[in-house]
Amino acid sequence: MFGYIIKRLLWIIPVLIGVSLILFGIMQMIPGDPASVLLGPKASQEAVETLNKRFGLEEPLHIQYYLLMKNFVTGRLESIYYKVEVIEIISQKLRATVELGLTALVIAVVLAIPIGILAAVKKNSVFDYFSMMLATLGISIPVFFTGILLIYIFSVIFNVLPSSGYGGPLWTKEGWAHLILPAFSLSSILIASTSRLTRSSMLEVLQEDFIRTARAKGVKEAVVVNKHAFKNAMIPVITNIGNQLAMLFGGAILTETVFAWPGIGRLAVKAVSYRDQPLVFGTILVLSFLYVVTNLIIDILYVFINPQISYS
Amino acid sequence: MKKRFIPLILLIVELYVLFQNWIVKGLFWGSLEIKLATSFSIIVLTFLLILVFKPGLFSFLKENEILYKSFKEFKKNKGGVAGTFMIFIILYLAFCAPFVAPYPPDAIDYANMSASAPTFKHLMGTDDFGRDILSRVIYGSRVALGVAFAAVFVNAFIGISLGLIAGFYGGKTDTIVMRVVETWNSIPFILLALAIIAALGKDIINVIIAVGLTGLINFARITRSAVLSIKEKEFVKAAKALGSSDYRVIRKHILPNVISPIIVIASLRVGQAILLVASLSFLGLGVQPPLSSWGTMLKRGQEYLIQAPWISLFSGFAIIITVMSFNLLGDALRDALDPKQIE
Repeated sequence: MFGYIIKRLLWIIPVLIGVSLILFGIMQMIPGDPASVLLGPKASQEAVETLNKRFGLEEPLHIQYYLLMKNFVTGRLESIYYKVEVIEIISQKLRATVELGLTALVIAVVLAIPIGILAAVKKNSVFDYFSMMLATLGISIPVFFTGILLIYIFSVIFNVLPSSGYGGPLWTKEGWAHLILPAFSLSSILIASTSRLTRSSMLEVLQEDFIRTARAKGVKEAVVVNKHAFKNAMIPVITNIGNQLAMLFGGAILTETVFAWPGIGRLAVKAVSYRDQPLVFGTILVLSFLYVVTNLIIDILYVFINPQISYS
Repeated sequence: MKKRFIPLILLIVELYVLFQNWIVKGLFWGSLEIKLATSFSIIVLTFLLILVFKPGLFSFLKENEILYKSFKEFKKNKGGVAGTFMIFIILYLAFCAPFVAPYPPDAIDYANMSASAPTFKHLMGTDDFGRDILSRVIYGSRVALGVAFAAVFVNAFIGISLGLIAGFYGGKTDTIVMRVVETWNSIPFILLALAIIAALGKDIINVIIAVGLTGLINFARITRSAVLSIKEKEFVKAAKALGSSDYRVIRKHILPNVISPIIVIASLRVGQAILLVASLSFLGLGVQPPLSSWGTMLKRGQEYLIQAPWISLFSGFAIIITVMSFNLLGDALRDALDPKQIE
């Protein structure tokens, strides 16, 4: 099993190289002379030349890529707009994004799985219809609109929670108050799709023969659901959470913009609107890295949950 | 008679709209916008007339057994029927926007400047420039659907081509193509779209490119697996033995067999593409201001959330209804076209 985990860990390296190559490739799509596009039409000849030299923009492509990666990893890649190292800005913003993402993930798991199980056990009840209707609605609502609705309800009408900004570290009351709305709106997509899938997966498992056997043996219904069915139903659900993480990290960009949350997502949007290529490269690479790593963690969790997987 | 009731009402509404526009306002064949609206109206009118007076005209379609069974399966799904109905209405609004919208999208009502609340004159209120929200929401459907359909077309074209290449040639080509597609997919959609827009600049065409290049993997995977299962069948081998070219085998024998899963994926993908375009516009990186799009309206609406919540609420509802219709349609199609159930 450890061999499998190590293999999966090593798999990150080619994926990240692939991602950075793709981002590099996209940067090559800049029409015309990149240096003058990056610096704007009013840039002096001198500035264009310095930039060309710094990024090796006149070198062949593979050397350009090598220089970009080397500068990024050693922390010497500088943002054009902020004039600071990209790694430094990103590391300042990393904590806020990770806090937001993890809280949203926890909220989603804690809410969605019980809702799905309850809907499956009480199939065709009012609760089932109501929760599944909400779930269908939930996958169609854009995250930013959920955010705006939450702000409208809780900040404008009831005025109980702050509408935007970062309140401070998680252990303070202020920090929590600021985190609740963004985390909820970010988790909404994940809640919707996970509860739908939990329900259908539970329903499928509850029809299996071994459940009938357990019931026939006289096992209590609560034990049948919580022990026998739950573990088997969770396998596709966990796969789905892994797939939906992309939505979570993409959604982070929107949520951070709606709530003025000082994270990497908002930084990425700023970078794109200033066309600050080094910063775009850095932020998107780091966000993709986070996505790949969380996906990996879920893959490894999978090993513990699904006894049938082969580790070779 | 009960069956004809809904088409009859729709027909009366359509005739009223056409009477108002063609005869009262004299908008029949002016600019390109109105030509499009008129042509689309004529199509809708013919269709409704057939439905009301000669509903048996399409009965020859029932002879195709698979199609008929899928259709019957589809009709059982209430959500799918509702979704299809909504999509028709949204399409109608998009094509016939100049006929239906009460005002032009950028007309300023000087009496109701600076965001007035919904009244009978402006059913959804006005925005901070005094522009009618209802008209802007209706015109916004054009941008949303146009960009999304174009993006999904690009998506399907590239995805299917990659899947065909991978599945048909197999071996090393297969491994390389699928690995590239998987790595491509390991960047979340929005991030990839952002990177593309950062390189190309903000422009509606670039949004189509950016959204069209994300999410190829579903199309590629489905096509590839279908090709792999069909490739070994006798009829394909026979076609090859008869000397058909690769192109002919793909076009005549393989593509027709993968069309139904592709339709399902495409309809689900349209919903996602609408969301993605709205998200990019909301971030200020998609459709740019003079054009009315739902994402940009939401962005402006958030700034005026306290004084004028209707700006963001109505444009948000428009997004939800449209996306949900496509999701419902996709789900229903998936159930209806599932070959396991047709047997």
